[in-house]
Amino acid sequence: MTSPALTLAVPARLRRRRARLGQWQGLLYIAPAMALVIVFFVIPVLFTFWMSFHDWPLLGQPEWIGLDNYVRLLTDNKFFTALKFTGYYTVITTIAIFIVAFPLAIFVEKQRRGAGLYRTVFFMPVVVGLATASLLWVWLANVDSGLIGPAIRMMGFGGKKVNLLATFDGAFWTIIVMVVWKVAGFTMIILLTGLQSIPTELNEAARIDGASRWQRFRRLTLPLMRRTIALALILSVTGSVLAFDQFYIMTSGGPQNRMISVVYYIFNQSFVSFHLGYGSALSIALLAILIVLSIVQLRLLRVGDDK
Amino acid sequence: MSAVARHRRQRQKFWGGFGYHAFGIGAALFFFAPFAWTGLASLRTGSEAQQPPLPPWPTQGVSFDTYAVLDTFGAGIWQHTLNSALVALATVVLTVIVSLLAGYGFSRYRFPLKNVFFVLIIATLMIPFQSILTPLFIILAKLGLNNSLVGLVLVYVTLQLPFSVFMMRNAFDAVPREIEEAARIDGARDLKLLVRVLLPLVMPGVATVAIFAFLNSWNEFLAALILLSDNDKYTLPVLMTAVRAGRLGAINWGAVQAGVMVMTIPCLAVFLILQRYYMRGLMAGAVK
Repeated sequence: MTSPALTLAVPARLRRRRARLGQWQGLLYIAPAMALVIVFFVIPVLFTFWMSFHDWPLLGQPEWIGLDNYVRLLTDNKFFTALKFTGYYTVITTIAIFIVAFPLAIFVEKQRRGAGLYRTVFFMPVVVGLATASLLWVWLANVDSGLIGPAIRMMGFGGKKVNLLATFDGAFWTIIVMVVWKVAGFTMIILLTGLQSIPTELNEAARIDGASRWQRFRRLTLPLMRRTIALALILSVTGSVLAFDQFYIMTSGGPQNRMISVVYYIFNQSFVSFHLGYGSALSIALLAILIVLSIVQLRLLRVGDDK
Repeated sequence: MSAVARHRRQRQKFWGGFGYHAFGIGAALFFFAPFAWTGLASLRTGSEAQQPPLPPWPTQGVSFDTYAVLDTFGAGIWQHTLNSALVALATVVLTVIVSLLAGYGFSRYRFPLKNVFFVLIIATLMIPFQSILTPLFIILAKLGLNNSLVGLVLVYVTLQLPFSVFMMRNAFDAVPREIEEAARIDGARDLKLLVRVLLPLVMPGVATVAIFAFLNSWNEFLAALILLSDNDKYTLPVLMTAVRAGRLGAINWGAVQAGVMVMTIPCLAVFLILQRYYMRGLMAGAVK
């Protein structure tokens, strides 16, 4: 005759063993993902630090040089020029994208016939690659075979050829227009999710109280969308800081090498001059900048939470 | 209501609708015209292709000259399209398998350091891959995977994982546990349970993961530019840098137009057909 305690004990032990087995099974399921992340992400990140303390040529032995790469970085005028250009580009693109994307978001939010179709069309450039978009626009902006220059001439503005990509300003604004064309639809959708989360009753109440359209936008819509705007802002800023394709494909960093972004500069140092160690130190600097931007981002988001 | 007032309101409504659609069509033209312009221009004859696209449509009859010229670059356009397609498909399949397993593991099992692992995968989003390209290049060389499409695929899959694992975990979280219990009593276990019973239930999540994996790997440029050094392994965007650079200082713009179309059409097709799943993924990402 067995006691009730004993009969209970058996399944409990079994259950515990199965639970332990379950633990291992869980690890098994996530193992492939973890292996990839560790080999192709965690190790490269740690390796970047390690490499940044070396003189690391493509062939031959790497040599430990301590902080030399970082000292060089701090006195590297070209790096600071690239940094300044990237900052300038980031500010202008972000402003341009918001100026276009906000009205579009308000436009497609209206429940009217055709709104869905418009939304799809505005979004189409988002799904093609940045490299593809750059190629498309470098053709459109070409002086002889493109569209924009010859079209301006045909409409009778001056007899001279219009070469948009020959001057810094012309090339810069062509790239801005291309990026707005490519990205505005994406920012529009992000902003749209924010607009849709505002209860319609609030807007109605404000309207009945006699608030004008601008007042409602300024005092009601904007504050309530703070979180969404912060998110759209962060995505736009991060994307712009990492810009490379458009400068490489559209202007090859020109005119006069004035369009070298930070990532482009790292690319040149690592894979054109093969200063892999110095390239790593530059990468660490880029990482530090992005971490600072992330902290600012978290601040912005938290401010959104308080309201 | 007087007839005059009603009349006025109708007129207002008409002009409101008019303004709405005038703005909509104007903006839609800005976003759509470059595609249409390139598509039409790419169908012009070889001699016409170097002229400004005014008008954009072929005036000397439709031809595929530009595509034929594009074929003379690198190892031929079929080879490079095949490279891009293989890389994209392999990335899609591997991303789906790896994130399906990981999503299931994170959703249904308890194991030590679970949260640490999850955060580690998601945290890779914070570090842009552009900043680890230099060591990635060296590590792939050490593994014998430099200048190989396999290496490129593995890098792309890793880049897709944070978003994909997150999506799949949420998809599994939304499946009620009772379904699993019932299937287990019926004798389905482990992988069989996952594939036969749960996979159909998380299919929308799989679709979203697959679309993003396809678009990102098909379009990616910088990593492919750095990691591939053999001419006949180039994916389409890398091939196009050769077209863009031109031969003997002359750029064949017809080939550029044709190349843009070859790269664009699959993206637009996937997006337009599977838009619902694409937007779901985007919204899920935006809300987080």
